Amino acid sequence: MSNHENIATAHDHHDHGGMDKKGIWRIFFVLLALTALEFLIALGFVHHWEILHKGTLVTIIYVVLTLVKAYYIIAYFMHLKFEKSSFIVCVGVGFIFIVYFIVLMLIEGDYLLYHLQSHPLFPNN
Amino acid sequence: MSTTTVSQLDKVKDGPWSGGKSPWNLEYGKIMMWFFLVSDAFTFSAFLIYYGAQKFAQPTWIDADKVFQSIPGIAESGQPLVFVGIMTFILIMSSVTMVLAVDAGHRNKKDEVVKWMLWTILGGLAFVGCQAIEWTHLHHQGFWFGRNPATGLEGDAVAQALAPYFTKDISYTAALQFSNLFFTITGFHGFHVSIGILLNIIVLSMTLKNTFERRGTYLMIEKVGLYWHFVDLVWVFVFTFFYLI
Repeated sequence: MSNHENIATAHDHHDHGGMDKKGIWRIFFVLLALTALEFLIALGFVHHWEILHKGTLVTIIYVVLTLVKAYYIIAYFMHLKFEKSSFIVCVGVGFIFIVYFIVLMLIEGDYLLYHLQSHPLFPNN
Repeated sequence: MSTTTVSQLDKVKDGPWSGGKSPWNLEYGKIMMWFFLVSDAFTFSAFLIYYGAQKFAQPTWIDADKVFQSIPGIAESGQPLVFVGIMTFILIMSSVTMVLAVDAGHRNKKDEVVKWMLWTILGGLAFVGCQAIEWTHLHHQGFWFGRNPATGLEGDAVAQALAPYFTKDISYTAALQFSNLFFTITGFHGFHVSIGILLNIIVLSMTLKNTFERRGTYLMIEKVGLYWHFVDLVWVFVFTFFYLI
C-alpha cells in the first residue's frame, strides 16, 4: 500500500502532461473533425457527387483516418503518450503479430478468392 | 588521497530498473488493466481480420450503404451512415466525459467526478439503446446468426430476396457471412459496452460513498476510464470496417 501512495503523490506532480480541460476538448474536436471527414468522403464524394468510387484508394484513406483516430484516443485519452517509454514499448510490441496476422489472412483470402471463383458456391446472377 | 573516483562496482545504481521504486511509475492495477486491454485488442483484431479476410475472399460482398440506410423514427430508407454517425458521436462524446471525470479525479473534485460519470453512463446507455434498435431493424429484414433474408427460399426467390442488399453480383454465402460476422462482432462490442456501463455504475457508487476520497486517490476512475476508451477505440474500427468500407 505504501508503494501505492508513492505513485499517487508522484502522479500529482508531473503526470498531467498537457491534458487539461482545454487539451481534452482540443482532442475531441480533432476526433470530431476526422469523423466528419470520413462522412464527407463517404456521403459526399462517394455517394452523392460520385467523384470517388469504393475501391482500394478510398479504403486506404478510411484505414489511415481510422489509425489516426486510434492514435489520438490511445495517446491522449488513454494517456499512453505520457507514460514511460519502456511501458509504451511493452504494450505496443505485441501488435507486430497483428500486422503479421493481417498479412497472413490477406494471402489466405487471395487464395480463397481464386478458388471460390473457379468453383462458385452460389450461381452469381 | 584527493581522488574521489568511485569504482564502477561501488556506485549506487539509480536507474529506473535498479529497484527501490516503480520503474513505470504506474500503479499495479493500472498496468494489469493495460495488459488486459492488449489481450482484448487481440481478440477484436482476430474478429475484424477474419471479417476482412472473408470479404477479400468472396467474389462479391454485401453493400453496407444498402443494408444500413434507415434512421429509426425518421426515415425508413435512403439515409446511409446517418444513424451510425449518431451512434459514433454518442460514443466519442461519452469518451470525452470520461476523460473529464478522470481529470476531475486528479483534482480530487468529487462533485465533478459524479457529474461527468453520470454523463458517461448516460452516453453508454444511449449507445446500447441505438445498437438494440439497429439489431431489431436488421432482424426484421431477416438477418440473424446463421440466417439472411433468403434463408429458406428456393430458386429465383433467393436472388430476389438478396437483390436489395447488393450492388454487384449476388451471393447467398457472402450475405450469410456478413450476417454472422456483423452480429458476432457488434454483439461482442455491445457486450463490452454493457460491462463498461456496469463498471461505471460501480465506480460512481463508490465515489458517492466517498471510498476514493478516503483512499486519497481516484485511480479507480482512471482504470475504468482506460477500459471505456478502449471500447470507444474498438468502435472506431468496427465503424470503419462495417459501415464505411
